[in-house]
Amino acid sequence: MAPLFYIFAVLAILAALSVVLQRTPVYSALSLIVVLCSLAVVYLLLGAEFLAVIQVIIYAGAIMVLFVLVIMLLNARQETPSDRSRLARWLGAPLLLVFLGELLFAVWERFPAATTRAAALPDAGPRAVGALLFRSYVLPFEVTSILILVAVLGAVVLAKKRL
Amino acid sequence: MVPLAHILALSVILFGLGAAGFVFRRNIITIFMCIELMLNAVNLAFIGFSRYLGNLDGQIFAFFVIVVAAAEAAVGLAIIIAVYRNRGSLSIDDFDSMKL
Repeated sequence: MAPLFYIFAVLAILAALSVVLQRTPVYSALSLIVVLCSLAVVYLLLGAEFLAVIQVIIYAGAIMVLFVLVIMLLNARQETPSDRSRLARWLGAPLLLVFLGELLFAVWERFPAATTRAAALPDAGPRAVGALLFRSYVLPFEVTSILILVAVLGAVVLAKKRL
Repeated sequence: MVPLAHILALSVILFGLGAAGFVFRRNIITIFMCIELMLNAVNLAFIGFSRYLGNLDGQIFAFFVIVVAAAEAAVGLAIIIAVYRNRGSLSIDDFDSMKL
C-alpha cells in the first residue's frame, strides 16, 4: 500500500507542475485530469472508497468536461507573458517558497512521522457515508441543494446572451 | 502505513503549486484550474485527517467541498464566457476596468 501511495503522490506532483507550467490551457486541463485521477487512487488507499468514486465521476468527469468545453468554445490559445506577470514571478516566487517552507515545517513539527499512528480503518463505503450524511449532516446537505439551485440559475443568467 | 506527515506534505505541495499558478498564470481559465488544484489539496488533507482520526466527518466535509467546487465551476465558467463576450480576451491583464 505504501509504495503505491508514493508512486501516485509523485505522479500527482508532476502533473500539478505541468498544470502550472503549460502555456496552453488544454494541456493544463489534461494534466489536471491526471492529478485528479491519481488523487482518487490516494483516496482509495486511505480507505475513502466513496470519495474516490465521486472524485472520478464528478471531478474528472463532469467538472473537467465543463472546463474543456469552455476552452474549446472560447478557442483559448497560448497565453502571452506580460510585464505584470514578470513582476509576479520575481516578487511571487520567493514569497511562495517562504509560505510553502513554513507550512511544511509546521506539518513536520506538529505531526512527526514516527508518532502519528492511524486509527482503526473506518468503514467508508456508501452505506456508512450516506448514513452520516442523512443523519448528522442533513441540514448542510439541504442547504447545499439550495446552493446548487442558485448556481444553476446564476450560470444560465450569466452565460445567456440576452435575458 | 503511510505517515500522516507525508499525506499532509503532498497536500501542502499541491496547494503551493496551485497558489503559484494562481499568481503566475495570465490566462483566466488556467487560473481557475489552479483554484481547483488548491481545493483538491484541501480535500486530501481532510481525508488524511479523517483516516488518522478514525471518523468519517472529514470525508463528509470533502464531499461538501466537491459539491461547492462543482457549483463554483459552473458559475465561474459562465462568468468567464460573459467576460470574454464583452472583452474579447482571456488574459487577466485586459480585465482592469475597475482599477483606479
